[in-house]
Amino acid sequence: MSPALEVVRTGPLALLEDDGRPGLGSVGVGRSGAADRGAHHLACRLVGHGERQHRPAAVEVLLGGLVVRARGALVVALTGAPAPATVDGRPVPHRAVLHLDDGAELALGTPESGLRTYLAVRGGIDVEPVLGSRSTDTLSGVGPPPLAAGDVLPVGPAPRTFPVVDAAPAPAHGPVVLDLLPGPRTSWVGDLEALAARSWVVGAHSDRVGVRLTPTGDPVRRTPAHRDDELPSEGMVRGAVQLPPGGEPVVFLADHPVTGGYPVVAVLTEASCDRAAQLRPGEPLRLRPRPGAAGRR
Amino acid sequence: MSAGRPVEVLPMGERAVLVEVADLSAVLALEAAVRSLTTAGDGVWARVEDVVPAARTLLLTTDGVDPADLPVLGRAVRGLAATLDGSSGSLPPGEVVTVPVHYDGPDLDEVARLTGLSVGEVVAAHTGTDWRVAFGGFAPGFAYLVGGDPRLRVPRRDAPRPSVPAGSVGLAGEFSGVYPRASPGGWQLLGRTDLALWDARRDPPALLRPGVVVHFVDEAATG
Repeated sequence: MSPALEVVRTGPLALLEDDGRPGLGSVGVGRSGAADRGAHHLACRLVGHGERQHRPAAVEVLLGGLVVRARGALVVALTGAPAPATVDGRPVPHRAVLHLDDGAELALGTPESGLRTYLAVRGGIDVEPVLGSRSTDTLSGVGPPPLAAGDVLPVGPAPRTFPVVDAAPAPAHGPVVLDLLPGPRTSWVGDLEALAARSWVVGAHSDRVGVRLTPTGDPVRRTPAHRDDELPSEGMVRGAVQLPPGGEPVVFLADHPVTGGYPVVAVLTEASCDRAAQLRPGEPLRLRPRPGAAGRR
Repeated sequence: MSAGRPVEVLPMGERAVLVEVADLSAVLALEAAVRSLTTAGDGVWARVEDVVPAARTLLLTTDGVDPADLPVLGRAVRGLAATLDGSSGSLPPGEVVTVPVHYDGPDLDEVARLTGLSVGEVVAAHTGTDWRVAFGGFAPGFAYLVGGDPRLRVPRRDAPRPSVPAGSVGLAGEFSGVYPRASPGGWQLLGRTDLALWDARRDPPALLRPGVVVHFVDEAATG
């Protein structure tokens, strides 16, 4: 029997994601891919897919709840949101190499913090790629459908490389601070201090397309010079902080639209994009110019 | 005459730059020049992962491996733009795609009223000039077409339709476009085509890509 992962149950949403499908922006398809790239990469490394290799598709689990059964012996790893995990009822750690025997059942509870947990399998989930990627793009509908109970996900051939670490250190906790770089239209709000001077709460209606930020005080306003400016749509990136007229910015995540018509007043660093992908609605956060980037504002 | 074009290279995070130029024809000329370099894959152009044209900008996204690529890319784009001819006549000839249309759309009469043309003249105007794909972005396979008969400039509908059928051919502002799949939409609908604009299993998946020249023909006339 060829190795596979059988989906017994899913939580709110479980998707397959890899590094996405770059290069199709001009025909209206975004890159998509894992929302927390750092967590996805770590999970792949833990199961032996090296940094310089093609990173295989893993399961991106929103708010836990996933139960899978191994068909054949599998090597797996969990990263991202720390959903309590068990294998056949015994607790197992995150950020570590886990060996599943044939028939073993891996179950995820609800994480205490964060949103998205990554389950990587040595060899990768080997469903049919769409346009070169196994990522589900929730905005364009391109890619495999969300996982459902009863799905049997084939596991690909193992790489020649072996896991080089048994466990990775956990990141430090603390108040959430996201680092900003200037965007193409930062001058529309003056400078990045317009965003850094406020405190923010993650809005409802946040998903893989974007995270809404609600200011705890006044909304962000354009400077008088740009108040009535019209902007034709322009290309967007992951991490772009778009400011609609209401003054509540949207931070774009992996499934962002390819183009957008609101001014991009800042762009998150790549690391902060990953952090933003783990923010829960209602969570407080601050924004700041990336330390050392002040001269480039 | 090679006056060169003013370009502004704007910051767009750790992986990309947004290049702003004077107008759409400058975008198209720069995009064509950039694509030939990324295809050849020399120097920093080899690390450009995606090129996204829009009405006045070109987004260049790199693979993000080396942050030093961005200033190099910015200089390369400025240098490239300086070599481009100032007129839009420098656009390279594009692949021609013929799109047969059943001109029986629900907004034909409204477009005739708005333009002061007869329905027959609207169809003749839409098929009478070649259009060119300027950019995409709204949905997979959707293309904003420019270069049509200027008499066909009409505003969007006041109220968008909740669902426009796949293959619908429409007008909005200076653009024409074809809906690749059913979606909400506010364009004035002239008709529909049976062509598959988008097929994820086809290579390339989009029939209408930037630079492609589109020739609409009237199904009723070809019989």
